[in-house]
Amino acid sequence: MSDLWIRIPLTSNYAAAYAAKDVDVDVVAAYPITPQTPVVERIAEFIANGELDAEMIHVESEHSALSACIGASATGARVFTATSAQGLELMHEMLFIASGLRLPIVMAIAARALSAPINIWCDYSDLMATRDSSWITVIASSAQEVYDSIIQMYRVAEDPEVLLPAMVAYDGFIMSHTYEPVYVAKDRAPILEYVPKNFKNRYRLDPDNPITMGAIADPNWYYEFKYQQVVAMRKAYEVVKKADEEFGKRFGRSYGFVETYKVEDVDIALLTYGGLYGTVQEAVDILREKGVKVGAIKLRVFRPFPYNELFNAIKNLKHLVVLDRAITFGGVIEGPVALEIATLLKFKSLDTNLYNYIVGIGQRTVTESDIIGIVDHVSKLIEKNVVPMESIYWGVRE
Amino acid sequence: MSKPTLYKSIFELPREEYLSPGHGLCAGCLVGTIVRVLLKVAGPNTIVVTPTGCLEVSTTPFPYTAWKVPWIHVAFENAAAVASGVEAAVKALQRKGLVDPSKKINVVAIGGDGGTVDIGFQALSGMLERGHRVMYVLYDNEAYMNTGIQRSGATPFKAWTTTTPVGKVLKGKLQPKKPIAEIVAAHKIPYVATANPAYIIDMANKFRKGLSVDGPSFIHVIQPCTTGWRFDPRYGIKIARLATETAMWINWELENNEVFRVTVPVPKRKHVKHYIRAQGRFNHLTDQDIEEIQRFIDKEVERINKMVGKEVIGPVVE
Ligand SMILES: Cc1ncc(C[n+]2csc(CCOP(=O)(O)OP(=O)(O)O)c2C)c(N)n1
Ligand SMILES: [Mg+2]
Repeated sequence: MSDLWIRIPLTSNYAAAYAAKDVDVDVVAAYPITPQTPVVERIAEFIANGELDAEMIHVESEHSALSACIGASATGARVFTATSAQGLELMHEMLFIASGLRLPIVMAIAARALSAPINIWCDYSDLMATRDSSWITVIASSAQEVYDSIIQMYRVAEDPEVLLPAMVAYDGFIMSHTYEPVYVAKDRAPILEYVPKNFKNRYRLDPDNPITMGAIADPNWYYEFKYQQVVAMRKAYEVVKKADEEFGKRFGRSYGFVETYKVEDVDIALLTYGGLYGTVQEAVDILREKGVKVGAIKLRVFRPFPYNELFNAIKNLKHLVVLDRAITFGGVIEGPVALEIATLLKFKSLDTNLYNYIVGIGQRTVTESDIIGIVDHVSKLIEKNVVPMESIYWGVRE
Repeated sequence: MSKPTLYKSIFELPREEYLSPGHGLCAGCLVGTIVRVLLKVAGPNTIVVTPTGCLEVSTTPFPYTAWKVPWIHVAFENAAAVASGVEAAVKALQRKGLVDPSKKINVVAIGGDGGTVDIGFQALSGMLERGHRVMYVLYDNEAYMNTGIQRSGATPFKAWTTTTPVGKVLKGKLQPKKPIAEIVAAHKIPYVATANPAYIIDMANKFRKGLSVDGPSFIHVIQPCTTGWRFDPRYGIKIARLATETAMWINWELENNEVFRVTVPVPKRKHVKHYIRAQGRFNHLTDQDIEEIQRFIDKEVERINKMVGKEVIGPVVE
């Protein structure tokens, strides 16, 4: 197995670029934005050095980046793009069209806070604002996971049962600009065996077989188009799982929908996503040394939401602390993932208590001691038998 | 630019049709005429991108389509970006042998004035600057017709639209038309032309030239709109012809940013009133208003003649 890989230091941005190279993308259209920019730069270098044979479209905006990806994907090309924050917002309109046209585009997102005020640092406001766009959404916690997930997502997105675009997000700066050792393929052949190019299996713009894409669907048709996306996203649940298992079988690495850490003997666990999971794991170890038994849970796939796996991960817990890295203003609770989990608890009739802490907004630093502080805070609430009916804004100056 | 053979008469145009009848364009709408000729010239090995607008909604009511060539609509403001992606994909797939590299595939974008000169302008400029081999055809009906006749940057001076109404204080559009073909020409692309469906062979040859160049080309076609311009549907071609006969619309081409030609010379010009008085959207214009427009056109004619180096558009002769 190990002769397939070389281990090199890469940031998550570079890991994303390597993944795009190793699946042999045909067209890349992207526009630079901090902290995603190095993805675009590295792909340009791959092409300039002949390591990747692709057309790179140096578009004049992210709106055009995704538009060009849509055109290229509709023509049958395997395409890739990447963005962050304002760029993702500028693409917003196109997100829904990419999925509505059922195009298997894969995009990397270096998650970043949204303006205003402008802030170039990490949180997940940009990603969470794409929630209803019908993109398969993965949040990675390591550069290796970024690389592997992007490869996996081509397999998922291009599956004829799915044909939905997919995004793989990771922390801006905290991951996008920090180096980790990553196994990358020495040769792309085994990767392409895992994600063979199959554009002939899908509808595309082909003069030999002309079709009309993007027609107008009146009230008598539109609903069925949208329902087909619902069905596709449900199918994706299974396909994401299989793609990950198959990846594991071939390459020895797999991730599942959720990951758990030392939850076997606990009443209380902390759930989060992205790079923060590592910090939470560290905090769990420190707390355990002090005799405080807590565990950690990572949500890796946000869409389709892995309700079964999460149910299994939390069903024996008395208390679940959700650390959210974005805000849904005016929500019943204001953490987007907590909101999903509240729904899950209700519909699975679990009586686990839910505590929602908002952390890391605009990359306000979250260290192990913050996590320990949150556990301390929540322990006091538990002692008093209080479950707050609102999100707690950790560390904010009111 | 490789010299394509040009059509001399309408009988030389291919008989094949790639835009089916039965679409929902208004009776008398000239977009159908323009696209029909365009597709005859381009032929079946053509991928078409159309932004949101009249042409798009009228020709593709699911589950029907009027298009016999591969066609895609994505959104209102991005036809040029989508076409860039299509062209890049064809290039990459052909280079990698995934699509037959010996087959020349035309990529054509056909957009309205709103989708081209206003909201789609950034994407267009990007596409031109990057040099994609795409022919962009602008059918210019001088307003947002699909949403019900609102002003665009291409709406002419003083024209009525629903957002430039004729009121007690303000009467029609306050600004002149955006000179989009010249703005495009400033990108120094291989081929830019203006065309008019009343001069069908001239228009067809411009499509042909546009498709033959190795890079972007832009054909700006005037498209009288029976509904928005307020005229009887039978007069579309007549009004189109009047546009050129009055020099309200001059048919020119610019090859390689070097050779500028007026392809339809007008030795004796008609007064602009013939064009203006034929359309309801100008009903409120006074004789004085019309004279103001005439003076503007006179200046424009002078400028064009200077560019050509001789008098290709003559004086007004009534
Ligand atoms: C982003 C966005 N803004 C507005 C619209 C609404 N809209 C659809 S078509 C159109 C006008 C089209 O005008 P034009 O491009 O001139 O084409 P025409 O309909 O006149 O042929 C407008 C405003 C839209 N679809 N998308
Ligand atoms: Mg228009």
